[in-house]
Amino acid sequence: MTPPPGSLLAAENLHKVYGPTTALDGAEFSIHPGEVVAVMGPSGSGKSTLLHCLAGIVTPDSGSITYGGREMATMGDGERSALRRSEFGFVFQFGQLVPELTCVENVALPLRLNGTARKEAERTALTWMERLEVDDLRKKRPGEVSGGQGQRVAVARALVTSPRVLFADEPTGALDSLNGERVMDLLTDAARSTNAAVVLVTHEARVAAYSDREIVVRDGKSRDMERIV
Amino acid sequence: MSIGHTLLGLLESGPRHGYDLKRAFDEKFGHDRPLHYGQVYSTMSRLLKNGLVEVDGIEAGGGPERKRYAITDAGITDVERWLATPEPPEPYLQSTLYTKVVLALLTHREAADILDTQRSEHLRMMRILTDRKRRGDLADQLICDHALFHLEADLRWLELTAARLDKLAEVVTK
Repeated sequence: MTPPPGSLLAAENLHKVYGPTTALDGAEFSIHPGEVVAVMGPSGSGKSTLLHCLAGIVTPDSGSITYGGREMATMGDGERSALRRSEFGFVFQFGQLVPELTCVENVALPLRLNGTARKEAERTALTWMERLEVDDLRKKRPGEVSGGQGQRVAVARALVTSPRVLFADEPTGALDSLNGERVMDLLTDAARSTNAAVVLVTHEARVAAYSDREIVVRDGKSRDMERIV
Repeated sequence: MSIGHTLLGLLESGPRHGYDLKRAFDEKFGHDRPLHYGQVYSTMSRLLKNGLVEVDGIEAGGGPERKRYAITDAGITDVERWLATPEPPEPYLQSTLYTKVVLALLTHREAADILDTQRSEHLRMMRILTDRKRRGDLADQLICDHALFHLEADLRWLELTAARLDKLAEVVTK
């Protein structure tokens, strides 16, 4: 299936095998700027592998992934790393913050790694912390904040470079439903305000309800429900 | 649940008498509420009138005539359409969904497609409610939450069923 025109990130016919296990078996994907797409499916269906391939963390055995019209396989390691640092943002379920750094230092970290001066990086970091309603935690270390607060700090860090694609893998998996909803409210509002695309891996329907559409992954194959219905 | 569609689906595997249809229905779907004979015969005469079934043969015996019914092409199309159409997302629709899944397995259709289509319909409704909740006041939030939790419960059942389709196929087709 050819990706729809105007896709920012698209994958066609992806295959990935780990030893005897087939993780992806012809999976397809596409997302437009500003779109939130939920990737759903049971445990072990291949949804995290799909996300890792799309983000350039894992190389598929075969198939094509294009970002901004460019084939990812033709990019060198350095170029892919730069892409992940500046164009992509990541939020995972657990343990993403560096425990030795304060929250504002954590949020500023991606900018610092890109060479931004400390003061400027922390100033930008603070504006994102305000949007995620965690600016009062700037001097605290991750060990001193709650799970929900820590996850909002992690979302601020993922968005601080104004990425064009935000990858969120079960971002509320470790939170209770009230905190999970707050994170989703703030995450999707922030992403929409910057026209970032969000690839949201989740098995929770209430989280998927924040998306614009969903694709379902089962046995390494994907179904785009909007293109079918 | 649509008894007409269920009986039509059961006829897809081959012609049957009204009595056999009732027995098959009760065995597969009527655990706590078996069909009355009257329901079967009134449903079959409606399906006959609408051209969805035809009389395949009549056995004359000592008692009343026993008609054997066969599904028509129009009947197969009707079952197909019913199975492919998602149910309105409302609480307690499991019995209808269960019936659709079992019929899909019995007629060698993709039961997983029915579950995927229904998930999509539920999510469509959950998006509307989530959006309303985000814009609304506390009363709106609580009302939407109630509906969202019910829809979520349906979806959890749906995911569990999806994970057990192979086992269910073994049970219902043996």
